[in-house]
Amino acid sequence: MIPAPFEYHRPASLAEATGLLAELGEDAHVLAGGHSLIPMMKLRLAAPEHLIDLQDIAELKGIARTDGEGGGEIVIGAMTTQHELIASDELARAVPLIREAALQIADPQVRYLGTIGGNVANGDPGNDMPGLMQCLDAAFELDGPNGRRRVAAREFYRSAYVTAREDGEILSRIRIPLPAPGHGFAYEKLKRKIGDYATAAAAVLLTVSGGRCGSASVALTNLADTPVFAADAGAALAGSDLGAAAVDAAVAAALAAIDPAADNRGPVAFKQHVAGVMLRRAIARATERATERAAEQTV
Amino acid sequence: MNDQTPTATERAEKLQGLGCARKRVEDARFTQGKGNYVDDIKMPGMLFGDFVRSPYAHARVISVDKEAALALPGVVAVLTAADLEPLNLHWMPTLAGDKQMVLAVGKVLFQGQEVAFVVAEDRYIAADAVELVEVEYEELPVVVDPFKALDPDAPVLREDIADQKEGAHGPRRHPNHIFTWEQGDEAATNAVLAGADVVAEAMIQYHRCHPCPLETCGCVASMDKINGKLTVWGTFQAPHAVRTIASLISGIAEHNIRIVSPDIGGGFGNKVGVYPGYICSIVASIVTGVPVKWVEDRIENLTATAFARDYWMQGKIAATRDGKITALWCHTTADHGGFDACADPTKFPAGFMNICTGSYDIPVAWLSVDGVYTNKAPGGVAYRCSFRVTEASYFIERMIDILAIKLDMDPVELRLKNFIRADQFPYHSALGWEYDSGDYHTAMEKVLKAVDYDGLRREQAERLAAFKRGETRKLMGIGVSHFTEIVGAGPVKNCDILGLGMFDSCAIRIHPTGSVTARLGTISQGQGHATTFAQILASEIGIPADSITVEEGDTDTAPYGLGTYGSRSTPVAGAAAAMAGRKIRAKAQMIAAWMLEVHDDDLEWDVDRFAVKGAPERFKTMTEIAFAAYNQAVPGLEPGLEAVSYYDPPNMTYPFGAYVSVLDIDVDTGEVEIRRFYALDDCGTRINPMIIEGQVHGGLTEAVAIVLGQEIAYDEDGNVTTGTLMDFFLPTAVEAPHYETDHTTTPSPHHPIGAKGVGESPNVGGVSCLSNAVNDAFRAFGHVHAQMPHDHWRIWKIAEGLGLHG
Amino acid sequence: MAKMHVKMTVNGKAVEALAEPRTLLIHFLREELNLTGPHIGCDTSHCGACTVDLDGKSVKSCTLFVGQANGAEITTIEGIANADGSLHVLQEMFREHHGLQCGFCTPGMIVRARRLLAENPDPTEAEVRFGISGNLCRCTGYQNIVKAILAAAATLNAEKEAAQ
Repeated sequence: MIPAPFEYHRPASLAEATGLLAELGEDAHVLAGGHSLIPMMKLRLAAPEHLIDLQDIAELKGIARTDGEGGGEIVIGAMTTQHELIASDELARAVPLIREAALQIADPQVRYLGTIGGNVANGDPGNDMPGLMQCLDAAFELDGPNGRRRVAAREFYRSAYVTAREDGEILSRIRIPLPAPGHGFAYEKLKRKIGDYATAAAAVLLTVSGGRCGSASVALTNLADTPVFAADAGAALAGSDLGAAAVDAAVAAALAAIDPAADNRGPVAFKQHVAGVMLRRAIARATERATERAAEQTV
Repeated sequence: MNDQTPTATERAEKLQGLGCARKRVEDARFTQGKGNYVDDIKMPGMLFGDFVRSPYAHARVISVDKEAALALPGVVAVLTAADLEPLNLHWMPTLAGDKQMVLAVGKVLFQGQEVAFVVAEDRYIAADAVELVEVEYEELPVVVDPFKALDPDAPVLREDIADQKEGAHGPRRHPNHIFTWEQGDEAATNAVLAGADVVAEAMIQYHRCHPCPLETCGCVASMDKINGKLTVWGTFQAPHAVRTIASLISGIAEHNIRIVSPDIGGGFGNKVGVYPGYICSIVASIVTGVPVKWVEDRIENLTATAFARDYWMQGKIAATRDGKITALWCHTTADHGGFDACADPTKFPAGFMNICTGSYDIPVAWLSVDGVYTNKAPGGVAYRCSFRVTEASYFIERMIDILAIKLDMDPVELRLKNFIRADQFPYHSALGWEYDSGDYHTAMEKVLKAVDYDGLRREQAERLAAFKRGETRKLMGIGVSHFTEIVGAGPVKNCDILGLGMFDSCAIRIHPTGSVTARLGTISQGQGHATTFAQILASEIGIPADSITVEEGDTDTAPYGLGTYGSRSTPVAGAAAAMAGRKIRAKAQMIAAWMLEVHDDDLEWDVDRFAVKGAPERFKTMTEIAFAAYNQAVPGLEPGLEAVSYYDPPNMTYPFGAYVSVLDIDVDTGEVEIRRFYALDDCGTRINPMIIEGQVHGGLTEAVAIVLGQEIAYDEDGNVTTGTLMDFFLPTAVEAPHYETDHTTTPSPHHPIGAKGVGESPNVGGVSCLSNAVNDAFRAFGHVHAQMPHDHWRIWKIAEGLGLHG
Repeated sequence: MAKMHVKMTVNGKAVEALAEPRTLLIHFLREELNLTGPHIGCDTSHCGACTVDLDGKSVKSCTLFVGQANGAEITTIEGIANADGSLHVLQEMFREHHGLQCGFCTPGMIVRARRLLAENPDPTEAEVRFGISGNLCRCTGYQNIVKAILAAAATLNAEKEAAQ
């Protein structure tokens, strides 16, 4: 498996990179970790004439936390690798959901190179981070010829591989509002083996106070041609006692929002079923964690 | 002699002979990255070949336009069938008596079939050129279902033989029919079935899978036009047979062909066959006058080189009410793909499928197999098993469990009741085999005790009760299997491949200083022959294994043999090694007698020396004898110390084993967790327990893969949907369970050292053991049988069908 | 397409070459530098036979262009022996515990295990299994590989303790 020829560019700054993109037009493609793009190129399903490798751009790296008024946020550079996400204790304290999910992505070697930016930007419905970012209500920063703009993760995905990113734009940063202290979280993923995409996966973030759910957010992976932010499912949980009726309602809402396709992982009916199973497990574990953490805080 | 004189035991230990867990001599180079695999070979001026392959499963090839490709700088040649036809190389014989297109001749019969061969200065240019070859196709109706292939109005796949009523294995009754093979007594079997107390029936499908060694297939062909010699380095499990075939189809005299198998990165049957890539590389080297390398990529490996299994086995098994089996009936539909390229001995078009009576004393049986063409890749190799033995074993072990359900009996009890007893060996099976030795009851009972089988069943009952109370969503399954393999093909009287008798060989040369070079007709692909064959010889000739170099795989130096597959290396070449060693020892005895001035008969063998009977202080060691062989004129004897043995085994060997697995199934997701796997193997005399254990671990893991998801799947248009390692399931260290291994030792009575072979047993026994466990988990709900692979969604479907999802 | 100038350090030696940008790192190592220890098994970044160490990361060199490695420090199986020429303890332990058969996955497996132990010197069996889950082996079933890596960890830790 040999890719078609291309020219290689390695800009040192974001401005240089967007400049190159503008200059080279649609024959150019940015390269992050490469673990989606390079296999596609080796299969000649993609044949960009120019590759713009972002690895030298310092401003695209790193994890920073700010605690501003109205809630802080975590800002993650697009070129931050899955391995670095997992290794960051600060991130694990603030948004533990990310480490939990990142450990379920691909395999060790791929995580050393695979980046969060690449994972969210390419629009592959099999990727885990897009659903996660929707669950966390993250925003993506896009840098392009007309400057910088922000798009909410929940607004970003149009269809498989089609996103709100315009040609000429580079997804540069991910801004995640800090979840409430003591929140509960879970990422439940069914896959066939290490390295596989999800057969079905569910991300849940919620808060519990006095036995009731404060806020809740639900997103699902690889169950439609985009990640699925199940707003109604979150709404079914928020304000509830998280009992069986509320969970059933949330699952029903989530299942109404998905549209899985049959593939080697199974037929549609199976995916519908395990989507519900993953979501129930995620809700249960998030609830348990929130309850535990709430108890810790009262102690 | 004094106190420092080593005892016989100490001397024997120093030899590192039979039974010793000797560390492998191969490992030094492999752990340092110094292996020499085919893609590591680099030669001056070497060109690279790459294939244009069909995207369609069935299509007419209207035209091939190679102009654009030839215009690309660096492209040397583009070969099509039209270029091969004048050489009569556009078709090649298969190992099964059929023929196969080397490059598409007018049509293609499976997705990924070779259409044109591009030769270029490097592999990047070759890949670019493949994109530039324009092929015009006209799609034809596709047949992927072997049953539909035999419909009266099914599309004719092999137009080249459409009117041929007689195939290599007898009459053909449909253009897509290859052969019918029948064994046993049909009338008697039907009579017993008709009058039986109980008959269990099932269709047992063993899905199409693939050996998928980590190294794909490839070769470097080099035609030296000056001296007229063709050398081919390649991933060949049978280098000598490849040489003969290459000679027969190319017309190059056999002594002018040298075939070399360098280090091979796993074979598992995938590297037995002869593939178009080899032929095209040879032709390209002849045409260009320089070496040509071809190495397939993984997609090509999975879609175009030899698959395994794809058997649909309809079974009936009869028994008395109290569980004594009275008859077995089996009809198999065998999907061979577009060409019959099975790698079976000539007289066995369905391999040794007639071992399907398994470990049981079944008085009467009937087997018939119909081979069928479909629009799938050719192959049908023995994937880590002897020829079709894993299919046979899976069939009988599933049928036993299904019969146990019908009889409302524990599957272990049913097995114990029907095992061939130790006193029945040698045992003649209803389908024609003579089992050499066995003690099945002892093996089974040892395993049952080790795992506390009754305790496991109690635990299963408790868990089932908890499941029914809604306390868990997991079901526990217990799988039991007892397999009997038939390996070591085989006796020349009934085993040949393309007319080549399936003997094997060993040539030993003892050097003057007492070190040894031994060459065999087999070829290791990870089995550690350089380590274990030296151990056999060490025990036979009393020279330390560390002083014995084992060489294989170069037809210019090694004696002729049929290669390594079907667990035949130890049973056949291992026997040849022992026999050649005995010839060495016989001559050594005469030399020693002359040196010690006694009669031959006055000497006795003592570990590493000949000593005078009754006077052990008078002896000559093998080192001394070796030097004497080159240094002294022994009256009546030729100088030197060499021997060759070509060993034609009198019978196959019949390794066996008893396996138990325990697993937990999540009924909501279909996930399977293998909690325990206990494998007892009896491979006769054990040469190197460390290597045996390693072979068992590996074979079991391949069984885990096959049972839990590994599949070459096709959609209805004949597209392979599992062509990369994303979808073709190979377990990682996380999915692979931990294994417990055990053994009994029942030597083969006819093998010189009593060894039977082990590399493939764990796959044969492992598949049925795990599939039995999955099915067993649902037995309490009335479930009988589900087809493999037991991947998540198919297990979920069982649970769904049983109403376990509420 | 114009070739690009690449410079990197491979097994401690500075390397410079002209290469087509699309050259995959694995081909550069194997064909330009004759380092044939790393192998190609799957082409799609699933098997790990091509694993090398790049700037302290285990990477699959079949899914990396040579340009991406420009300026990097790379270690392959050929470069992991000790300075005195003796074998790395992982190489020893793979032999000792029969952690290889056909040898095709071994270079990638050992290079990966070396990085794993550098990051986690005292792993549990589960951590070893998870840590090598990007490397496929078709022969061993992993059990003896895991054993070899755990034994190597124990040896390294004992050496460290003795040195203190």
